[in-house]
Amino acid sequence: MEIIINPAGEHAAVVQLRGRLDLLVASEVKQRLAKAVQEGFRLLVIDMSDVSFVDSSGLGALIGGLKAARMAGGDLRLASVGAQAMAMLELTTLNRVLRPYPNVAEALQAG
Amino acid sequence: MRVVSTAPTRQRLIDWGQEEWAAFRRGLIKILVVTNLVLGAYYLLWRGTASLNWDAWLFALALFAAELYSYTSSFLFGVTVFRLRERGEPPPAPAGLRVDVYITCYNEPVELVRKTVRAAVAIRYPHQTYLLDDGDNPAMRAMACEEGCGYITRSAVWKGFDRHAKAGNLMNALEQTTGDFILILDADQVPLPQILDRTLGYFNDPRVAFVQTPQYFINVPPGDPFGSQAPLFYGPIQQGKDGWNAAFFCGSNAVLRREALARTGIHFFVRDVERRIRRALREADTVIRRAQRKLMRTERQQIAPALRALCRAVSDARRELDRGDTFQEVTERFQRRVEEAARMVVAADLQQIMADLAEIQAAEAAEIMRSLHDEAVLAELARRDRSPLAAIETVRQLVPLLVNEAMDYLPISTISVTEDMSTSMRLHATGWRSVYHDEILAHGLAPEDLRSALQQRLRWAQGTIQVFLRENPLLLPGLSIGQRIAYLDTMWSYFSGVPTVIYLIAPVLFLMFGLLPVNALSAEFFWRLTPYLLVNQLLFAVISWGRPTWRGQQYSLALFPLWIKAVVTAAANVWFGKKLGFIVTPKTRQAGRYLGLVRWQLLMMVLLTVAIGVGLAQLALGWRSDGLPVLVNVFWAVYDLVMLSVVIDAALYQPPEEQ
Repeated sequence: MEIIINPAGEHAAVVQLRGRLDLLVASEVKQRLAKAVQEGFRLLVIDMSDVSFVDSSGLGALIGGLKAARMAGGDLRLASVGAQAMAMLELTTLNRVLRPYPNVAEALQAG
Repeated sequence: MRVVSTAPTRQRLIDWGQEEWAAFRRGLIKILVVTNLVLGAYYLLWRGTASLNWDAWLFALALFAAELYSYTSSFLFGVTVFRLRERGEPPPAPAGLRVDVYITCYNEPVELVRKTVRAAVAIRYPHQTYLLDDGDNPAMRAMACEEGCGYITRSAVWKGFDRHAKAGNLMNALEQTTGDFILILDADQVPLPQILDRTLGYFNDPRVAFVQTPQYFINVPPGDPFGSQAPLFYGPIQQGKDGWNAAFFCGSNAVLRREALARTGIHFFVRDVERRIRRALREADTVIRRAQRKLMRTERQQIAPALRALCRAVSDARRELDRGDTFQEVTERFQRRVEEAARMVVAADLQQIMADLAEIQAAEAAEIMRSLHDEAVLAELARRDRSPLAAIETVRQLVPLLVNEAMDYLPISTISVTEDMSTSMRLHATGWRSVYHDEILAHGLAPEDLRSALQQRLRWAQGTIQVFLRENPLLLPGLSIGQRIAYLDTMWSYFSGVPTVIYLIAPVLFLMFGLLPVNALSAEFFWRLTPYLLVNQLLFAVISWGRPTWRGQQYSLALFPLWIKAVVTAAANVWFGKKLGFIVTPKTRQAGRYLGLVRWQLLMMVLLTVAIGVGLAQLALGWRSDGLPVLVNVFWAVYDLVMLSVVIDAALYQPPEEQ
């Protein structure tokens, strides 16, 4: 898994994930997201377009990032979610908490 | 080392193999369960309509209620064992699975844990072994290192947060290892080398979340003075639950699928967020309605429409949640409408607003935030006196807090000190399957003194009642009816304390004071009751099928003070936030005699003995002529004494000196 964090404004960052978001990388992803929030990026937009597979531990890492962002008064948003990831979101009903946005630009602008 | 085989062969009588006998037994159980329930209904209908002695109405009703409790127990038990499932040989374990073995420890002696660690490392199927040391003991770390076993303690993120005991210990490790399957062992459960080979095959079915195997203790002295073995539970009861896809995860000697834990954890995380939003909406509603009642005539025109708008906003938000809208949409819409309502008032009287706003300090926002976790505090906040304008402001402050739910998902349930049972119920509620594999694959150590044994029993009972009160299996969405009954069966059994007191007191009241709860011990009474009791015992015997269950029966009656204490403390904990007084079961023997621990049982035994003496003496002296009722009650009292006597043996038990 590759994790690339690009600033998108003073308090926002786009997090690009590439590869499998599963239990082997969940801890690392969670830590990187928390670190980004610590560095001042309260709004994290996760670009999921290059994520090939997500399992529940991977979703758990995103919840960890959401928690960190919300505690800092910000938010974590998903963008460009693929079919498999979308199915996982629906299966766990997590889409009620993490509403997926069609693309990064809309996720950055929303709310 | 197995005490009994599941089906003894009796080929001398009929030429049946094990299979046939097992099938015969399962059929017999079904017939007996139905017969038992029919006979019970036949007896209790008559008891309720024709036999109650209204001259002693309180006693009569109490005993009848106790009998209804028992009938419900046998109904739940009957349904549980109705579809007994004996799985036999497990499917072979597929090669190449990624498996972690967790050994949880807290304050056990290092050398005791070493035995478990050594055996766990030696498990045949390829795996990683980790010692999860919640005591953070350097000697334990050194031992793990010597034995070539991974060592995990709490990471820094737990500092300052609720540690959630064993559940927290497990979750901390789940974050740090990467196995797809996790074998969990208590520090004193020494695994056999084949434990994974015999259990992993069940996971070929991708819907299976966990496989539980029995907990069996090798240090139990002859006669099992503390009733440590649970041959009925780790046997027919779990097999019965398995038949309903409701086998319990029991905290040790079980293999779990990580994906199942994570997925169910997320599912319940989402449910929890929704519950918090609904709770906040409910409190907003209370605040608004109180404000409406307090409106003064002069304010009515300006403020009443705003409050009405808020009311509508609350009910719309609820409807949107029911519809399954995302939480963000619901809360954003709610926020907009609250702002609108606030603006309606602003237009009305700006000055008044400024005065009222001063009333609300930022502190209250923090208080509301905290109170979202605490039912009682939140209710108190909602009832607090406020001006109508302040009420609107309070509701307005609630909203951002709804959105900012700062929570984490928990793969292991933390609603109870028996995280195992609660977690398995959540797994079942999210559609996962479970397996009970009835083969001893670990050798455990049971508590070796009465105090420790009682503490362990108390903890199980408290944890079970916590689950019953917090996530009742009858209400939890997603469970099948059989699963609901299988969980309720176990929970219901822990409410037996008060009914037992009634049963114990009944012969005392009759023999000493002549109080009889039935209007006559007529022939009808006996021919309605006797078949019910006989079939009940027969059913129990067939279900036990050669497993020793007498000790367990004695303890379930004799521990009545413990069961009452468990219910009271667990209810105080769930409803009023009182501490449970939870203690980790000590693994080393505590010295001394323990008659003080069983004082209620002793008192009851004295009462029963005196009552027997009084009853028989009065009969012998010719002071009373009701010979049959006296004899029946004496028999009943003697039975109670035999059951209760188990705790005296246990309290006085002196283990043989060790070398």
